[in-house]
Amino acid sequence: MQEVYLDNSATTPMYKEVIEFMSSIQSHVYGNPSSLHRKGLEAEKEVKHARNNIAYALGAVPEEIIFTSGGTESNNIAIKGAAYRYNRKGKHIITTPIEHPSALTSIRQLQSEGYEVSFLNINEDGTLDLTHLENLIRPHTILISINHVNNETGTIQNLSHIGKTIREKNSQAIFHVDGVQALGKLKIDLLESNIDLLSLSAHKLHGPKGVGALWVKKGIDLHPLFQGGDQEKKLRPGTENVAGIAGFGKAVSLYFINMREHTEHISQLKNILYANLKDFLEIKINGPSIEESAPHILNVLFPGIKGEILLHHLEEKGVFVSTGSACHSRRPNPSHVLAALGLEKEETEASLRFSLSSFNTSGEIEYASQAIITCVQDLQELMGRGGKP
Amino acid sequence: MKLLLIRIGEVALKGNNRRTFENALSRNMHRALHNLSVDIKKIYGRFFVYLYDEEHFYTAIERLQKIFGIVSISPVENVPLDPAKIQEKAVEVLLQSISTPFSFKVEARRANKNFPLTSPEINQEIGGYILNQIPASKVDVHNPDLILYIEIREEEAYIFHHFYPGAKGLPVGVSGKALMLLSGGIDSPVAGWMGMKRGLEVEALHFHSFPFTSERSREKVIDIAQSLTDYHPKITLHIAGFTEIQKAIHTTCPQSMGVTIMRRMMFRIADKLAKKRECRALISGESLGQVASQTLESISVISAVTELPIFRPLIGLDKQEIINNAIQIGTYNISIRPYEDCCTVFLPRHPAIRPDLEHTEKIENNLDISTLIENCLNSIETITLQTSY
Repeated sequence: MQEVYLDNSATTPMYKEVIEFMSSIQSHVYGNPSSLHRKGLEAEKEVKHARNNIAYALGAVPEEIIFTSGGTESNNIAIKGAAYRYNRKGKHIITTPIEHPSALTSIRQLQSEGYEVSFLNINEDGTLDLTHLENLIRPHTILISINHVNNETGTIQNLSHIGKTIREKNSQAIFHVDGVQALGKLKIDLLESNIDLLSLSAHKLHGPKGVGALWVKKGIDLHPLFQGGDQEKKLRPGTENVAGIAGFGKAVSLYFINMREHTEHISQLKNILYANLKDFLEIKINGPSIEESAPHILNVLFPGIKGEILLHHLEEKGVFVSTGSACHSRRPNPSHVLAALGLEKEETEASLRFSLSSFNTSGEIEYASQAIITCVQDLQELMGRGGKP
Repeated sequence: MKLLLIRIGEVALKGNNRRTFENALSRNMHRALHNLSVDIKKIYGRFFVYLYDEEHFYTAIERLQKIFGIVSISPVENVPLDPAKIQEKAVEVLLQSISTPFSFKVEARRANKNFPLTSPEINQEIGGYILNQIPASKVDVHNPDLILYIEIREEEAYIFHHFYPGAKGLPVGVSGKALMLLSGGIDSPVAGWMGMKRGLEVEALHFHSFPFTSERSREKVIDIAQSLTDYHPKITLHIAGFTEIQKAIHTTCPQSMGVTIMRRMMFRIADKLAKKRECRALISGESLGQVASQTLESISVISAVTELPIFRPLIGLDKQEIINNAIQIGTYNISIRPYEDCCTVFLPRHPAIRPDLEHTEKIENNLDISTLIENCLNSIETITLQTSY
């Protein structure tokens, strides 16, 4: 059966080259980078090489890259590390209500510890209200944490505007960007956007799970959350995940060589998918318009359809997609993001997210479109007949 | 070596019944303790477990506590029938288990009338000796911290003071075999467990509605069945594909009758499977009045499709009692995982509360019942689950 994987915002399949590279490293480069002998040096070199590749892709300096276990850890270290380090300057933090749970819960933890948190107003498409941001920034604001690309709706925040606003109002405040969904999909200009911290993850870019990075701008100091050895500037002590880090570096190099082509390819596929669905079905797009959203994310509302049931029908046809919601009657709105965008519970439950990667082909998209149209029509018919009194 | 005294219940059992009971219990105990170093002996209508490795003490107790037919378990000391030795051992047992001052009383039972002292005499003699030997002890006949039991039997005496409660009921297997309908919900595992408690050997039948429900709901049911193997070492689980039937009902029958007809289809299939598997009863987790479809009228219309007795052990329980049982059995935390076993699409907003048999049968004329049942039976996948030890 044909398989079409359209859940790439959850995770992506790995590059074959990355798998082989990691496997060879695990077989041969088994040393501990901290060891003094040759085996240690070999491992250290792989980590260094990966650090260089990732820094190069970001337009950053290798020394500014801290390897972590993934996006969640990067967000934790960035947010809590900055708050604990700079809390003498103030205890005010600004964020949006549509952050990733790892950022939101970190910030809520700080809130329970006495930090003051302001949530930015969100426009209908998920972009934040810049005027509100301007009004919220105060002298004692120490941290602003913003997700560049929302993982559910593909909403893109205008980082250069946000960065500029922050610098104008408070030159000291730390600007943290969650770049997990954006990496490789959008160009991130660290300098122009005045970014101080950037969270990244390997497995959203055909790299391995369990590895990520935090870019920490030179001059920014963070309070470590873990104690241990000297690795990763003591910010993330512990023996390095050498194979994972090397795989991350490899994936980034492989991807960034053709980043522009990938982006064009993915946007094109998204346009085809949208056009196909729109021709046959009555649908609504959640979040920004097709042109304004991230190239790889399409969040579709199928009125009257239970998203979870559609998901399993598509699964039966080999098409794998995502819903932020389980059809669970006892819970309130299952997606904090779609709720913040003003969707009712029923609308959230009728929504599916399609997320693409450079691995997808136009043939797959045609197959998936057909599958979606057939399933939706079948379900509509079933529901329609069920209307019998 | 530790010696465990196993008391068995249902004293009313006589003659052959008693032997069947004891044989089944012995078999079940051997199976539960098979990989521990033990001997099991039956002496005067009770069992003794000789546990050769003391490290397995709590493991053995825990497993024995889940065997139906056991009323209680006591770790005991066995002593030769010599008053001097008995009193020494009594002091030793007390000193081993208590370090703070305590009050006690001795309760002797003399089954062996050849023993030189009567029960009251033993109480006095040994009580006096303990008072003498342990200065921190005092006698309290009304409200003692501890009762020291001394049993004088034909060949030896037993000393004990602690009772681990058993699961009670009858040993699995003595009452014949039944088929339980197992959903992923809280109720049905409890109903099945109660059937097991009355000595039934149980097989389970689950109806799966993929792609209207998730593959995870199937995993959930397997996990529930697995956790019941603590009480019933080997469970045969039949998983039947129910989607075709759900769709057929939904498209041909009035919505309000959907649940009643669905339940009737389930019981028809259960009836056929039960006969094939030589099960002589069905067990269902239905309760009375809990939901609109569980009225007396509804239950009688549903039951009309089979001549097999349908046990509904939850009839006498409140929801909270069912939940408490599920927690105790260990199925509750699996049941509350958020995967529905029956899709909400097929659940009408207003189910018929008082269906009538004639009317129901008339509606069912629209269904090709025999083909639907045959297809469903052919779709059955059978899995055997066993205790993990």
